Amino acid sequence: MEVVFLTFILVLSVFLGFELISKVPATLHTPLMSGANAISGITLAGAFLGAGAVDSQLGTWLGTAAVTLASINVVGGYLVTDRMLGMFKSKREVGK
Amino acid sequence: MNIELIANFSYIVSAVLFIFGLKMLGSPATARRGNMLSSIAMLIAVCAGLTAEGIVSYEFIIGGMVVGSVIGALAARLVGMTSMPEMVALFNGSGGGASLLLGWSTLYGGDISTFTAVTILLAILIGGVTFTGSLIAWGKLSETIGSAALVFKGQRIVNSLILIGIVGAGYMFTMDPAADSQWLYIMLGLALLLGVMAVIPIGGADMPVVISLLNSYSGIAACAAGFAINNNILIVAGSLVGAAGMILTNIMCKAMNRSLVNVLFSGFGAVKQGKSIEGEVKPISVEDAYYLFEAASNVCFVPGYGMAVAQAQHVVKELGQILEANGCEVSYAIHPVAGRMPGHMNVLLAEADVPYEQLVEMDDINPRIENVDIAVVIGANDVVNPSARDDEDSPIYGMPIINVDQARTVFVLKRSMASGFSGVDNPLFFGENTRMLFGDAKESISGVISEFG
Repeated sequence: MEVVFLTFILVLSVFLGFELISKVPATLHTPLMSGANAISGITLAGAFLGAGAVDSQLGTWLGTAAVTLASINVVGGYLVTDRMLGMFKSKREVGK
Repeated sequence: MNIELIANFSYIVSAVLFIFGLKMLGSPATARRGNMLSSIAMLIAVCAGLTAEGIVSYEFIIGGMVVGSVIGALAARLVGMTSMPEMVALFNGSGGGASLLLGWSTLYGGDISTFTAVTILLAILIGGVTFTGSLIAWGKLSETIGSAALVFKGQRIVNSLILIGIVGAGYMFTMDPAADSQWLYIMLGLALLLGVMAVIPIGGADMPVVISLLNSYSGIAACAAGFAINNNILIVAGSLVGAAGMILTNIMCKAMNRSLVNVLFSGFGAVKQGKSIEGEVKPISVEDAYYLFEAASNVCFVPGYGMAVAQAQHVVKELGQILEANGCEVSYAIHPVAGRMPGHMNVLLAEADVPYEQLVEMDDINPRIENVDIAVVIGANDVVNPSARDDEDSPIYGMPIINVDQARTVFVLKRSMASGFSGVDNPLFFGENTRMLFGDAKESISGVISEFG
């Protein structure tokens, strides 16, 4: 049952993703991509178990490396997206 | 049990915030808040993840997070807007690498069912492809390695062998999933190799497609890792990213009138040459260009990657402001695949404080291009090449272009007469209404600005 349940979530999220993104204007494609990229660092939330729990030493190292890479992805991704979006100004804001 | 329940409810909150965040990224006015919202969602998910039962020591977790955060933050602060595509490629790669490692480390967690073994393999495979693929994409974008498509004889055979090897090793591994299985190492090696092989035959001009696709892969890899460790939020967030990347990939392919299969498997430039072009190139001096600008009432800038290389976006915007003060209507027409990643030019112009209302898309400018007095092509080539429209033999035939040749006058700012990234000749340069402004784009435009003085 677990498999069915997880697949159910997967399919619904994919459709939701298509709906959400298909209307984004071309102007925002780069920030959208780097913002979405930051979200893919969600692996971080799962990587803790690997880094903090596993009994084997190699397992711990692998988990730690996963945490490190995912943190780069998350922190870097959000900051760089924010930096880009901070540059997008409307006519009103530029006039100031 | 209670902590686990709370963690799972937090995941739901986090998923909702991710969805709202992505939705708000769809409009320039709300995008920044949307990104903020999505980062809060991430924070919630991470905190919930930290409470997971079975975590005994936090030293390694904290160590990894500190190191990763510092690297990520520094990279995000220091990167220039021109090299944004490289940066995104590297971040993609680290996301894919993380999913690969997570899948791998799950093997050390105890008994593994066949289903889990399959999902672990998928996380390793997709994560591995994303990781090395992104590194190669980074190399091509930063021109650390040659950006041309690398095609060799028997490439397809090699790729097929790799795929067969992956299926075989995968099958053997799922029969007896263990962390020290030799099939696991074979799988790892083949996945990493496949990433390299998948990206080397793709030329620099097709990079927007590759980046979008790798972005999608990094989400799918996170999704597979989510299946492997039974974690809902990884599945939801991963598949949202996967879907987003697929849509962007599709938009990029459409903008080049090529199918994804065509982009992925055929190196550009290995195609027949189009008609050779005859005609005379008409250069123009900065001074003459100034007189035309002075008289124009509608100017449209068409930027390409060359603008980024010349760092000309600031002077372009300055000229735009002068023209506006002179009573001229100014717009910036941006082709979907201009630059090295989707929306790259928009970011550069935004950096130079061009208001986003002036950035127009190809489909908006083309119907009214005849009313444009001067179309200024800065460092763009293929995306304004009329043979894409007129010459059936041209390799880029069928790609939608910005029809600058139909504007009253076209200025092309160009270093020399070299052809574009795709190596295709451009009849625009020989057009009746085309004037070539040779030299460094930044200097040429600064020259015009000082004439306005």
